[in-house]
Amino acid sequence: MECDFCDKKATVFLTQLVDGQMKKVCLCEECAAEKGVTDPTGFSLADLLLSGLPEGSNAAPTAVATTRGKACPSCGFTLDDLKRVRRFGCSECYTTFHDEVLSMLRGLHAGTGHSGKVPKGLMQDYERTQRLEQLRSRLDQAISAENYEEAAGLRDEIREIEVNVASS
Amino acid sequence: MRFTTLIKYPADWMVGNGCDNAVVLTSRIRLARNLRGVPFPGWAKKEKRAEALATMRPAIEALGPMKDAFSQELSDLTSVQKQVLVERHLISREHAARGEGSAMVVDRRQSLSLMINEEDHLRMQAIRPGLNLQEAYDSLVEVDEELEENLEFAFDHDLGYLTTCPTNLGTGMRASAMLHLPGLVLSDQIGQVLQAVGKIGLAVRGLYGEGTESLANLYQISNQSTLGESEETIIRRLERVIGQVANHERNARLKLVEDDPDMVCDKIGRAYGVLRHAYIIDSKEALNHISLLRLGGDLGFFPDDTVKTCDSLFLDIQPAHLQLHTGKKLSPEARDATRAEIIRSRLQSLAAPDIGKVIDSNETEEPPSNPLDS
Repeated sequence: MECDFCDKKATVFLTQLVDGQMKKVCLCEECAAEKGVTDPTGFSLADLLLSGLPEGSNAAPTAVATTRGKACPSCGFTLDDLKRVRRFGCSECYTTFHDEVLSMLRGLHAGTGHSGKVPKGLMQDYERTQRLEQLRSRLDQAISAENYEEAAGLRDEIREIEVNVASS
Repeated sequence: MRFTTLIKYPADWMVGNGCDNAVVLTSRIRLARNLRGVPFPGWAKKEKRAEALATMRPAIEALGPMKDAFSQELSDLTSVQKQVLVERHLISREHAARGEGSAMVVDRRQSLSLMINEEDHLRMQAIRPGLNLQEAYDSLVEVDEELEENLEFAFDHDLGYLTTCPTNLGTGMRASAMLHLPGLVLSDQIGQVLQAVGKIGLAVRGLYGEGTESLANLYQISNQSTLGESEETIIRRLERVIGQVANHERNARLKLVEDDPDMVCDKIGRAYGVLRHAYIIDSKEALNHISLLRLGGDLGFFPDDTVKTCDSLFLDIQPAHLQLHTGKKLSPEARDATRAEIIRSRLQSLAAPDIGKVIDSNETEEPPSNPLDS
């Protein structure tokens, strides 16, 4: 039997239950030491599996072999993968598996909405979007109230922001 | 910078230079960031991981504080070198298990360390001596903002920074402090204190983080929740709680000397005796005795710089440091002998504990300025 990481003879065989599924990895002595398998305090097979076995290895979590249910269009990560490793494949997975994310977050953190730091550029974008939404809804109100003077002012304000976005 | 240069001297924060680190040794902030739309390292194919590395590494090396930094792909380091970096808390255990496609960049002062392709694309950490989470965080914000100009991080307005594991979602921040709590351990209050800390949603761990047992009376306290609260709120709460635990520890130390001086003297004296005269000592025994010697240093049984000596010993007696020191692979038996030798030589000139100084001064009745604080 060959090591899953290199071509040497495997001497360390590791089996572990990860979320109710049996996972097996074969390693040679060197790879076992390298991956910390021989160190009982710092090792978990889930981490090893996550850190990526070489392609083609029978234990590697390949998208094709396990595809069932939803899959992320960006990276191919499937719902089965998510259930197995409780982690995500890429940032787009958070959109793909939105419902699952919400159920995973239940009780995990102090809250379910972010209230910390926002990337600088995004903050401006976000504030601008918020402002535009606000102005548009006020514009609708003004129009339905037939308050055309105010509507004209709001329209100009919206146009100004949009022009700024287009030119930046 | 070369590996040998990097590890030649311990960083200021490792030995508590320039601040009070008697109870709170270090404060550390870690931020997790990922590139938008790029598969996370654990899921990415080899080429994708290499691409992500090629995108991030130049941006990181160009950072102001990273001038003359130590920048290395993990596949270019031996397993002993990686283990040394773990023992110094410069990279995580998980990062050390990685090879091709993962890299690390550490600044000259070793207070800023960026891991590329760890569990997340980027894990950045800043460390400061003593209790100073805010300063560590401020320094990371600068780095984060500078990187944002060139890298597009995955972010969602509801979920915050998107991370591989949902436990880091939101701020992506883990703030932690390393505490030395022998007073609480010896007075049997540690369980109670740690339980209280756990009840308010903070995590308590041993010396090397997740899943490690506590050695040398060292404990790490950190936040668990990363979503729903701002970084400032999390840091403020942690600093308050850690400050309280540190006060408990200080009081416990003073009370032990007052209530049970024989026990304290016996513990510290035995630790001194063993460390000064042992020829074979395993890591656990050594760490626990050095811990008591450190307590003795803080209480005034030993000269002032003893605490610092203990802090460097904590590093230098660990397995990978020993192997690096001798330059060859050591059997566990040889390690125990080398460890004892290093400890004996470091403590060679350390005089026996000055019991009289601490106990007598404690009995003289002039409490306005407490001699134990000096």
